[in-house]
Amino acid sequence: MASTVVTHTPAVLNYLEEKGRHAGILSWVLSTDHKRIGLLYMYTMFAFFGVGVLMGLILRLELLTPGPTIPGFTANMYNAVFTLHGVIMIFLFVIPGLPAIFGNFCMPIMIGARDVAFPRLNLLSWYCFIVGAGIAVLALFTGQGFPDTGWTFYVPYSLRTGTNVTLGMLGAFIIGWSSILTGLNFLVTIHRMRAPGMGWFQMPLFVWALYATAWIQVIATPVVGITLALVMLERAIDVGIFNPALGGDPILFQHMFWIYSHPAVYIMILPAMGAISEIIPTFAGRTIFGYKAIALSSLSIASVGYLVWAHHMFTTPMSLAALFVFSLLTFFVAIPSGVKVFNWVATLYKGSIDLRSPLLFALSFIFLFSIGGLTGLANGALGPNLHIHDTYFIVGHFHYVMFGGTGFGLFAALHYWFPKMYGRMYNERLAWYYWALMFVGFNMLYFSMLILGMEGNPRRYYDYLPRFQTWHVVSTVGSWILVAGLLMMAYNFIRSARRGAPAPANPWGGVTLEWTVPSPPPVENFHEIPRWEGSAYHGFEKLQRRRSEAQ
Amino acid sequence: MSTLVGTHSEDLPEHAHAPAHEHRDDTAAKIGMWLFLFTELMLFGILFLVYAVYRSIYSEDFHHAALELNVALGSFNTFVLLTSSMTMAMSIAALQKRDKNLSMVLLLATIVLGALFMVNKYFEWGAKIHHGLYPASEHMRTLPHGEQLFYGLYYTMTGLHGLHVLAGMGLLSLMLYFVVRDKIRPDRHVMLENSGLYWHLVDLIWIFLLPLFYVTT
Repeated sequence: MASTVVTHTPAVLNYLEEKGRHAGILSWVLSTDHKRIGLLYMYTMFAFFGVGVLMGLILRLELLTPGPTIPGFTANMYNAVFTLHGVIMIFLFVIPGLPAIFGNFCMPIMIGARDVAFPRLNLLSWYCFIVGAGIAVLALFTGQGFPDTGWTFYVPYSLRTGTNVTLGMLGAFIIGWSSILTGLNFLVTIHRMRAPGMGWFQMPLFVWALYATAWIQVIATPVVGITLALVMLERAIDVGIFNPALGGDPILFQHMFWIYSHPAVYIMILPAMGAISEIIPTFAGRTIFGYKAIALSSLSIASVGYLVWAHHMFTTPMSLAALFVFSLLTFFVAIPSGVKVFNWVATLYKGSIDLRSPLLFALSFIFLFSIGGLTGLANGALGPNLHIHDTYFIVGHFHYVMFGGTGFGLFAALHYWFPKMYGRMYNERLAWYYWALMFVGFNMLYFSMLILGMEGNPRRYYDYLPRFQTWHVVSTVGSWILVAGLLMMAYNFIRSARRGAPAPANPWGGVTLEWTVPSPPPVENFHEIPRWEGSAYHGFEKLQRRRSEAQ
Repeated sequence: MSTLVGTHSEDLPEHAHAPAHEHRDDTAAKIGMWLFLFTELMLFGILFLVYAVYRSIYSEDFHHAALELNVALGSFNTFVLLTSSMTMAMSIAALQKRDKNLSMVLLLATIVLGALFMVNKYFEWGAKIHHGLYPASEHMRTLPHGEQLFYGLYYTMTGLHGLHVLAGMGLLSLMLYFVVRDKIRPDRHVMLENSGLYWHLVDLIWIFLLPLFYVTT
């Protein structure tokens, strides 16, 4: 058997120390190591996240008082800034999200592989991401400045505006390639490279979530690609497809946009749910409750999620039958999310709970995501939708899902896997302080928006009626508290990556494969490919048995 | 080792111990290619959806506009592209039978047929543009909305398809170079097979474009 032919010496160097063919920064930007690529994504994404947060801070500051607040900040600039905030946060942060960082870093180790199926393609994905982002940045500083259309690029305004819509869209188009290639790579990796003995229902749940996500990335992203391409073509040579003056239909653009962009919401949230499904059993010290239900709910969210797009368009002309069907399907897609929430809570029941920062963020994820999900049902019901459509309620709901869900899920994952990534621990006490700041600031910032929306404050406006000011002030103060928490978190991680106490291979008592390799992992992860036996979290079963015997 | 993994082995542990850079899995490469083809189908699928929407709204205009298209030229191009798919498949078969020269000749024939398709396309588009039938032209603005949309879709869809033919020709040229340099060999030809799959997809899309635009009336 080929197993006797080991052509390299056992790797003693970890992936951070490795001296490859290139030196310095080239050893990173030319590396095909999935772990280095994961970190490359992380650094670039957090850099953009910082810019996106700054834009959000400016928007909130402007909304502190009715009328102009920041001297010299015009309504047009406000439009460009909220578009930039949306484009950066959506396309450069939450869409690559957890798969790009933790999928790349952890997934191959979790399934017992040395790398992804196509390592060079993986590096190419990162370059697509960088080139797309670069083009979007170019759109900022050339021509008539950044698009002022909002991140949804709705026609016909996006056909008419003189701002750099074409460049901005080209950026998003190329970033789409990055998403497709990552999804394709993960699908093949999960199909072909699981350790011997690891069947489908023995994979960790984070891998299941990545698998479901990857299908959406591959199948849905081309739809937005062609949609953006058609708008670019429309702007260049007037083919007429979306132009009502030439017989085209602008509503068709909305359909095509949301055929991608609604499933894309699940690209953003599913991997975060996967990470939560890893963290909760580890800190409850027991196997996950309802493993199969959670695994299959990922797949059903991914599939039903395709069929609900028109709930973004309830106020456009549609047949009553279509309205009912899309509303009903929207309620259906909430069921698998509910299945997950109940299973997480059931996992905690009678567990041996070790409340540390990753679990703290995971529990806040459950709380915030539940608010986001339930307000989503209010949007998805036809009656309330007419009332709250295009108000701050939508903004509040969206941020509860995307920031309270994906954002807090990503922070939970970062606290969970950081010791594995850098081989260093962070300051746990500090983590509790900034968690408290972030949790309080977040709810002030976005719960106020839910109330404002119920009261009828329309969204996207530079200005508002004076009677709305109280909640706008609460919201803006919340944004400051939240950002203070974010800055402390950044400090904790940047400092700990260099000076934190050395982390053991398994600081939390996890039972999946990434905790069996040293922290940080060696270059090719495993000296010998492990053989997997038993269920995904069978390690906890022994622990539970021992605990119940002791009682 | 190389003979072991060349046999489409389903048995992962056999080569799981090779270093990552020597990892080779032909099945993985094929799954990857099929997934990529799915993305292409979605890309064109949405355009077919747009076509369906506007054809149902403007069926009469579509009928009139389609009369302008040259059915003979379209059919000839279909023949050219189908033949090129045949030579592509034969080229892979020739390589599997260890006839490198025949494989190269057939691959070259595929590329030449692709070029012939593009030349025809050039004359076809050229004639339309000469008659003032192009997006935003003055003549176009006098036509009913449905006919304008028909031509808008005609240029968009055949144009995107043409880009795919060009990309395919580039890809096959690279494959030809690899065959010449023995980077693609009878025992490792998955790249050639995958390129063939891509070429067949380009062919397949044209098979749908022909009836929808040329012989729809």
